[in-house]
Amino acid sequence: MNELLRLSAVQLASLIRTGEVRAKEALDAVFQEIDEKEESLHCYVTIDREGAYAQASALQEKIDRKKEAGPLAGVPIAVKDNICTQGLRTTCSSKILEHFIPPYTAEAVLRLRQAGGILIGKANMDEFAMGSTTETSYFGATHNPYDLGRVPGGSSGGSAAAVAAGESFAALGSDTGGSIRQPASFCGVVGMKPTYGTVSRYGLVAYGSSLDQIGPLTKNVEDCAVLLEAISSYDRKDSTSVARTDTDFPAALLEGLHGMRIGIPRDYFGEGLDPEVASAVREAADVLKAQGASLEEFDLSLVDYAIPAYYTIASAEASSNLERFDGVKYGYRARDCEDLHQMYKKTRTEGFGPEVKRRILLGTFVLSSGYYDAYYLKALRVKALIKRAFNQAFSRFDCILGPVAPSTAPLLGESLADPLKMYLGDIYTIAANLAGLPAISVPCGKDSKGLPIGFQLTADCFQEKKLLRAAYQYEKATACACGGEAFRKGGAL
Amino acid sequence: MSTIINDETIDNISILAQLTLSGEEKEQAKKDMGRMLDYIDKLNELDTTDVKPMTQVFPMDNVFRDDIVATAQGEASIEAPALDDADARPEILQGAPAAKGNFFSVPRTVE
Repeated sequence: MNELLRLSAVQLASLIRTGEVRAKEALDAVFQEIDEKEESLHCYVTIDREGAYAQASALQEKIDRKKEAGPLAGVPIAVKDNICTQGLRTTCSSKILEHFIPPYTAEAVLRLRQAGGILIGKANMDEFAMGSTTETSYFGATHNPYDLGRVPGGSSGGSAAAVAAGESFAALGSDTGGSIRQPASFCGVVGMKPTYGTVSRYGLVAYGSSLDQIGPLTKNVEDCAVLLEAISSYDRKDSTSVARTDTDFPAALLEGLHGMRIGIPRDYFGEGLDPEVASAVREAADVLKAQGASLEEFDLSLVDYAIPAYYTIASAEASSNLERFDGVKYGYRARDCEDLHQMYKKTRTEGFGPEVKRRILLGTFVLSSGYYDAYYLKALRVKALIKRAFNQAFSRFDCILGPVAPSTAPLLGESLADPLKMYLGDIYTIAANLAGLPAISVPCGKDSKGLPIGFQLTADCFQEKKLLRAAYQYEKATACACGGEAFRKGGAL
Repeated sequence: MSTIINDETIDNISILAQLTLSGEEKEQAKKDMGRMLDYIDKLNELDTTDVKPMTQVFPMDNVFRDDIVATAQGEASIEAPALDDADARPEILQGAPAAKGNFFSVPRTVE
């Protein structure tokens, strides 16, 4: 394996800026890794070698002329395939967008490029980000780099697996109910969902608009802070964008943990949690305590209500958002349609996969006349109660610590047969989306099968720095700098 | 209480959702949705009488901006690889399943 791949994104960028490494060399290393592993992992829907080398050569020219190249200078980055890239196919891993080439680029991707990042390809995902395993992709599942018989998690499974396997130095994902954090946990990398409104959603194909956020998946916490700073922006083109002045996230890495109050919800450690995951997460908590944080157990309450509220709201928003896929302006259109109405119906019936249809139907039902109040409004009221429970918790704690997922990565083919059971796996991650909170997944060891485990820290809105501070101190104390470990040792490849 | 999901409900929902379900899919959808709704009924354990539905987690105002014609990236706050031509129509129409001249083309809409 190429030595460059052992570097973090920040380390690589620094060597490229000083001229010790050429931007092309980093790309060569990543594409060589892709050539070796992609057939067995399938992290990408589309790989853009030509575009990547063109970006790298433009960047190299800048560096050679001693111009400012940015904090991510020359860093190869994968972007989840629901984030639009002008001229580069963006499929949402769906048949209905199989040949869709966006006429514009998402704001978050523009920001990455401005910071010097090189877009190398579009990462595989669950169709329209609906799923927790990346198995609902129209283009086939992604495999976990630690065990090819297992899923990488989802829906940003391609992004997480690519970073873990050295097929990319970092990636963008999107998180509607845990879709960044859970695959990060399953693949042993760092993943963060920022506060709602921090990263522009302009160019992110909408699933649940009130819940969706773009965020980074990286090899370590420092990379996470740098990527997050790069993509955070106020954007007039996203009406829920928030103007923040505190996005200098790497500054948080300099502070220790003294005075930090961490709450551990007892209700996160009940029935259904794998004992090996529970003990790894508790050990992580002890590390933070040894670094100066104070720990206290408490009852968060309402934990069991987050999933039913979430699937009501997310499906409702999905059914509305996905109405636009009708075969008129872009994407797939069914053949041999006699009239317009038949075309809509046939196009959607042939273009969407089973999980997407399931959520569209559920969402249509909860929004339909006669059921709207009982289901949709009820879920929004419960969301308010959940937000209240978090407000109470954050009056006492800086961060809440818990597991990311109840287990490590399941076997391929194990999850889709029982959708409700799959949804229950989101129990620890979805509340952050309902309440708009930032949350980070950090690797904290492996189970007896050698599969990565992650712990999750959640903070109040706009408190990403607290998360990064705690996560970074943990990483330093355990010297694990765990992310991207799969390709270093012990991984399947 | 999954009794609410009968054939008629599924037929109505699939009309609203613009999806055609085969007989088998319909049965599966009835089962899946019934099970999910039973689960969602858990929310009724909570008394939400005086709780307002929360649509946004932050207090937000409507965002207004001038209605000006611009390219997709024309509004970008940073330098962007904007379209060469201020007229984005050719690029947009290129992605259309069917187009005629400067318009999207669709099957017959009226008799």
